[in-house]
Order: sequence, then structure tokens, then C-alpha cells
Amino acid sequence: MAYLPHTQEEEKAMLEIVGVSSTEELFRDIPSEFRLDRPLRLPEGLSEKAAWEKMQDWAGKNKHAGEYLCFRGAGAYEHYQPRAVNHLLSRGDFYTAYTPYQPEISQGTLQAIFEYQTCICELTGMDVANASHYDGATALTEAALMALDATRRNKIAVSSLVHPEYRETMGTYLRGRGAEIITLPYENGLTVGMESGLEQYITDDLAAVIIQSPNFLGSIEDLKMFADAIHGKEGLLVACVDPLSLGILESPGQLGADIVVGDGQSLGLPLSFGGPYLGFMASKEKYVRRLPGRIVGKTVDKTGREGYVLTLQAREQHIRRERAGSNICSNQALCALAATIYLALLGPEGLAEVGRQCLQKSHYTQQRLAVLPGVSVPFTAPFFKEFVVKTTEDTTSINQRLWEAGILGGLELSRFYPELENHLLLCVTEMRSREEIELLVRVWGGDR
Amino acid sequence: MEKLIFEKSVLGRKGHYLSPLDVPEIPLEKLLPAEFCRREALILPELTEGEVVRHYTQLSRLNYAVDTGFYPLGSCTMKYNPKINEDVANLPGFSRLHPYQPEESVQGALELMAKTQEYLAEIAGMDAVTLQPAAGAHGELTGILLIMAYHTSRGDFKRNKVIVPDSSHGTNPATASLAGCQIVEVPSNERGGVDLEALRAAVGEDTAALMLTNPSTLGLFENQIKEIAEIVHQAGGLLYNDGANMNAIMGYSRPGDMGFDVVHFNLHKTFSTPHGGGGPGAGPVGVKAALEPFLPKPVVRYDEQKKQYVLDEDRPRSIGRVKAFYGNFGVVVKAFTYMLMLGGEGLKEASAKAVLNANYLMKLLTEHYELPYAGPCKHEFVVTPRHTDQTGVHTLDIAKRLIDYGFHPPTIYFPLMVKEAIMIEPTETENKETLDAFAAAMAAIAKEAREAPELLQEAPHHTPVRRLDETLAARKPVLRWKE
Repeated sequence: MAYLPHTQEEEKAMLEIVGVSSTEELFRDIPSEFRLDRPLRLPEGLSEKAAWEKMQDWAGKNKHAGEYLCFRGAGAYEHYQPRAVNHLLSRGDFYTAYTPYQPEISQGTLQAIFEYQTCICELTGMDVANASHYDGATALTEAALMALDATRRNKIAVSSLVHPEYRETMGTYLRGRGAEIITLPYENGLTVGMESGLEQYITDDLAAVIIQSPNFLGSIEDLKMFADAIHGKEGLLVACVDPLSLGILESPGQLGADIVVGDGQSLGLPLSFGGPYLGFMASKEKYVRRLPGRIVGKTVDKTGREGYVLTLQAREQHIRRERAGSNICSNQALCALAATIYLALLGPEGLAEVGRQCLQKSHYTQQRLAVLPGVSVPFTAPFFKEFVVKTTEDTTSINQRLWEAGILGGLELSRFYPELENHLLLCVTEMRSREEIELLVRVWGGDR
Repeated sequence: MEKLIFEKSVLGRKGHYLSPLDVPEIPLEKLLPAEFCRREALILPELTEGEVVRHYTQLSRLNYAVDTGFYPLGSCTMKYNPKINEDVANLPGFSRLHPYQPEESVQGALELMAKTQEYLAEIAGMDAVTLQPAAGAHGELTGILLIMAYHTSRGDFKRNKVIVPDSSHGTNPATASLAGCQIVEVPSNERGGVDLEALRAAVGEDTAALMLTNPSTLGLFENQIKEIAEIVHQAGGLLYNDGANMNAIMGYSRPGDMGFDVVHFNLHKTFSTPHGGGGPGAGPVGVKAALEPFLPKPVVRYDEQKKQYVLDEDRPRSIGRVKAFYGNFGVVVKAFTYMLMLGGEGLKEASAKAVLNANYLMKLLTEHYELPYAGPCKHEFVVTPRHTDQTGVHTLDIAKRLIDYGFHPPTIYFPLMVKEAIMIEPTETENKETLDAFAAAMAAIAKEAREAPELLQEAPHHTPVRRLDETLAARKPVLRWKE
């Protein structure tokens, strides 16, 4: 049997020492009525060669982003991951290590997380960051919980242009707690602003306003306006951002956010059918003891040498049990490492260049599509790498035509916003060449 | 120690270059209003690829890992992580799938998920499984929300108490609290099992669920499980199984048959996916049929009419999503590959050998350590040091001294009910030589504790850093690098 070392002789010797005649005897404490009296109904085991071949065939049943041109984002982005990233992640010393509870033999993981926390603080303009969450949706949810606790209020206002699946996740989590969630409407691709009645929603019983920028429709929100509005009522601004955009976009910290969250998948992590991704969370210094999850801090050993440890653990479930602010017990350490290595390879200039290329290529694509008959641009707000077009032709048939030509077109927005019938959300990253963009435009226009 | 990557940075160095922009460039100010543009300089490391690779390779060498040594962490199941799992998950047909690409183009992925659900349901004796939760604690939350949805769907709104034994993982009470429930803790009996009298006194019309780990965190099979299930079910509550210890019983016994209504799995423990230095893992949840309508959506299933696998969003009674998309798919792929290689028989054999290894090691250790609860154990066991009051040596010291002997320490000070607990789980993939060497080290340390306690109290001696000042770290938090 694969991965099991004992020879028959060894097993016999071990059983003798244990004092039983067979391994089966060691299961005698399980009452017979609860002993499974038949084999598990699973397929028979395979040799590695057979398993490898089978899984390669299995993977072949899917069509992957190397086999089509991806113009779709909506929370999952295809960016280029430098080859060195996966080589480093593949080091067994990283990926087969446990949580760094024994710091003396875990300095590699701990220091990498400390570097990750520094990167997140730099990108977001926040003072402190934790060691990561499951994904953007759960990070956003935990930020809402944190705001509820920090303000001792029981109401959250969330923009309707926060990723619909993030909002749904938050709704699931907050239901048990009985917190109230109100949804801010949108117009012209942006969350309602002061000129269109934002004030009526911003009340002094709000724990936080949650704004995503760029929002789900791709538009860049005026975070400062929301910060000023909610701070006037002593509530918090939670900003949900795309970290890849922060090479060129102003940091949410500079714009007044109190807590910043998002998904770090855009930092070169594979699409992987939606997971594992990388939730990140950062906040202002004053909320550090309310941050959920693991945090790495710097300290010294008794000889004065610097090192890193998991710290502020008094916040966490293994110490506080039911009084903990969150039940989270793990982090996405390996994904955080991937993002850190990505950022280290790109550096500030490389990240800004990726951002500029996303910006330029998405705008170029939008302009090229907008000249097609029946295609219009419904929103005028600035955007980063995603934008919406409205079509007179049925969006499903456009996407069908593109798909047949090997192109994954935009997301049909009616899936989440019934009022946006015939609207498509497209994403263009640095991955797409001009030639590929032209192909999109040609096929879209019905010309191959 | 390595310098931080920020400290190695040299302004102007680059580790990665992009193809030049190939579309006509529009001046930035025409695309972005100035107030949206970053003003202050962004500080990120600036190094060549070679320097970055050397830095992280050096960091990796400061880690202990399953690939480098024995990791007897109780309740963590640090078994060998087969290499094929990684290669399969890296196949572009799995790693490069967009979560919103057309269903017909991801039939392989959906079929793999459906099969994984089916296999996990069979292993645990459950009727349906969701793969959405990203970790064990996330699975627990999902499970408790499912239980609450079940009660309220029956018009039963007063059930807000979750019972946990004092031996439970910290995530159990933290989860129940997050779900809006109150916690009732019940003590353990002298065998380490649930105190039935205390349980009878604790249940009532307000009982939502009992969360139980079986085998327990002491590594003992709860042989009163029938009575426990009866007590909880008769009171109208449901039974939740923390599946952290599933590695002990695969193919031998199934939580569903024992009366559990909900169970979570840890794919990163039982099903050999790597821990990644703290994640990502995956925490699927299995339920009995009565709870199936409430599973998080979308539900992956085969649709007889469409003749294909679908992501079913039409689930009006669902508790909703617990994360974006469909779970940690990349982790699920690894666990599936593992199940495929082992098959049903192989999984049972894995549990058999995990239990044999634990009992063998327990026998070797009880020569020098106390065994607070007698075996046979399942896949793990708890021992305590002898004569701590005379030697002044504590469990932490023994753990740290083990590092000098080349071993990762076991889980310590857990379960909380055992003073000075040392919780050991060898797993099935360790050979006899390793177990013997570990036992010999533990014996040597027991001797040192009597003869040279300062050796332990000062340990570890040969690591890149010695014991770190955790109090200082918490009192004056330094959580990021600054110039």
C-alpha cells in the first residue's frame, strides 16, 4: 500500500510490544454495532502511474485559460505569475510545514509572513495587517464583525457594488448575530454619492460603510467621500480593494479607510476554479487588538537575536474560546507567500507597470468595442481593468460566438443584477495582446 | 537569521520584466483623475530574480517540515504529503479554470467535486457533502449554521445553546459563539469520555447541538456514543462531529452510523494535503438527509435532465454562501488524488497503521511518562511528564528539548483538561526506526529532566534563534518593517 512503511516482520514486532495479536484488536473499543462490517464503497486503489494518467485525462475534460483567451474577471483574475514563484512554493520546507507554533524551527514561514504583512501595509496605507484569511469574501465579513465590535453598533451599510458573493457570505455569517445590513444603491456604475442621497443612509447607528473600489462594475469609487461621510457619524469605512491596482491607485489609507480588505488572488495566484485564494486584512493601529486571525510580530530571543513569533494570541480562539472575536484558526500562509514573492519580484515599478498595462489595455478594448454597432458604454466613471458595455444583441449569443472562437467573453451582469439585462462586464489584464484584443473585437462584430 | 527582503532591496533593481505595451498609450491623466492616483512612493522590495530566489530559499531552510522530519503533532495529522498531489493540482486543466467559465467547459472539475463529495459521504456515513468551507473552523461554522437553519425551519426558534465537552478544540466554542449561540461546557468523566449525568443535566428545549470529537482529543473512542446520541436527540438537539480525528477510523467506523447528523472533514489532515505553513486547507461538511436542503449554495450535482454536472444555485432553503466561489478547489484536487491512489482498502489500511503506530509509541513512552487515560488509543494519545514539581521541568521544556534531538515537538498543553499535556500523533506514514528514535529521545529527555533540568529549561540550543520573548512581542507589537 502506498506511503506505508512497515514490513510484515516489523508489524509483528510492533504488535508484540503493544501486546496484541493483530491491529484489528486495537479497534475492539469501538462498539460492534458501530463497526463498519463491509468495505468502503470506493474504487480500488491505483498505482501512481495509473493515477497520474487518469488525472491528466481528467484535467483534459476541462477547457483551461491556456486554451481560451480570458476577458473575464469578476473577482477572479488572470495575471502572469513569474515562473520563480511556483518553484519557491514547491520547496517542501515551505509547503509541508505546519503552522509556525514552534518559532525556533519556523523562522522561514514567520519571516515570510512578516514580510507579507509589511507589503499589505505598504499597498493599503494601513498601519497593521494580519497573516491572511480564507478569501476576500470572508476577510470582508470579518471586517464587518470587527467594525460591529469596535463601535458596539449593530448595523452595516454595504454598497450594492461590492462583489455579490462577498455580500452573500457576509449575510450568512451575520445572520446568527442578528446584525442589520442595509444595501446602498448605485447609479452610473457608482455607489450613490452625496449628490444623490447618500446622506439619508449614513446614520449614527452605523458601525461601518463597506465600499469596494474598483467596484464590481469596475468603476473606481470616491473612497474619500465615503470616509468623510461615515466618520461624521463616528462609524468606520471598510474598503475592499484589488491589491494589484495599488501600484498606481491611491492607497485606501490615504483616502480615509479604517479597515482595508480584499482578495490577493490578483497578485499572480492561479485561477484554480475559485480557490484557494488569499483574503487580506489591514487596519489602523488603534484596531490592532481587534484584528481577527494570526499576526506575526518581531521580538528577540534571550541572547538578543531578533526573530519572529505569532503574537497577540490572547485575541484568538485557542486562548479565548467562546469569547474570541472570530473562530478562525488558520491562514492562507502559502498563498500569502506566493503574493509576497510576486511583489518582491515585481517591485514597486513592476507592479505599477502591470497596473498601467491593465489600465491602457482595458481602455483600448473598451474604445474598440464601443465603435461596434449595437455596443455602448453605459457608465462614465474612471475604471482600472474592468468595464461594462451594453449591447443591443443578446449577450448570451455574443458570448456563445466568442466561446466558439476560443474567447471567454464578459460576465453577463443580469446574473447578479437583473436590471442590467444586456450588460457585460469585461476584464482586460496585461495578459492580453493587442492582436488578441483585435480578435475579440472582430469575432464580437460577427467577422472572423 | 536572514535580513528582511526589504533590507536587501536596492533602489532600481528589478526581478521581472513585462512585454512592452502594444496598444496605443493614452496619457494617464486622461484616464485617471489625479486624486485617484497614488501619491506617496510605494515601498516594495527591489531585487533581481536570483536574489529573490536566494532569499526565500534561505528562509525555507529555517523551517522544519514534514519533508525534513517527524512531526508528531496531536490532532494535526502531519502525514506525508504525496508529491503526485501537487503535480495534479498544478495541471493547467485544474489550476487555470475561471470560476465563472461556462459549466460545460468545467465538467471534469465538477465531476471531480461530485465524486469527492460522494467518497467523503461514504467514508463518514453521511448523505450529502459540501466542499465550500475553506478550513476546519470554517466547516464548523457552516455545520452550526446548518443546524440552526434546520431547527428554525421547523419553527423551533428557542434552540440557541451548543454543548461542548471540556476536551474540545477552541474552535468549537468560538464557532458556536460566532453563530450566535451560547456555550454550555460539560466535564469529562474519569475515562476521558463525556460525563453522561452532566450531559443529561445540560440538555433541554434550548439545546441546538452537541459538538463532539470522536475519537476524542485524548485519542480515545467515545464508547458511550450511543447513549450520548440518544440523550441529545431525545432533547431535540443534533449531534456535530468535529472530524479532526477521522484518520483513526476510516473504513472501521462512521460518524453517520454513530448518530452524528453533521461532520466536518479536514482534507489537510486526513486526506494528505499539505499544511502550507498554516494553510490553505479545506473543511468539507457532511450532513444527514434532513439537513441537505440547507447546504451552502451552489450545490455541485449531476443533473439528469441536462445530462451534465451543474452548480445548482436554485436552493431556496440554503444557508447561503460561506465564501466566494466553490471552496478551495485546488486542495480538493489533491485530496481526491490521494483517495484515488489509496482506494477504500488503502484508506482503511492507513487508519489501521495510524492506530498501530500510536499504540506502539504510547507503549514505548509509558516507560518514562505518565498516561493519564489508559488505552488502547486510536491515532493519538496524551502523556504527561513525571515529577514536574521535583524537577521544575515542564512540558514546554520537554517540547523545546525535542527540537535539539531533531524532532518537531508534539502538541502541548492540549487538551486543556490534562495538566502538562503532551499530545502525540505519529500518523501511519512514519516507520519503526523513526518511532524508536523518537521514543529514545523522549527517554533521554526524561533522564535529563532528573539529572540536568537546566538543559531542558534552556532548550533549544542549536536553532537559528533560541526561545523568543513572546511577552515582549505582545506588549510592544512590531508587526511590520519600517525604514
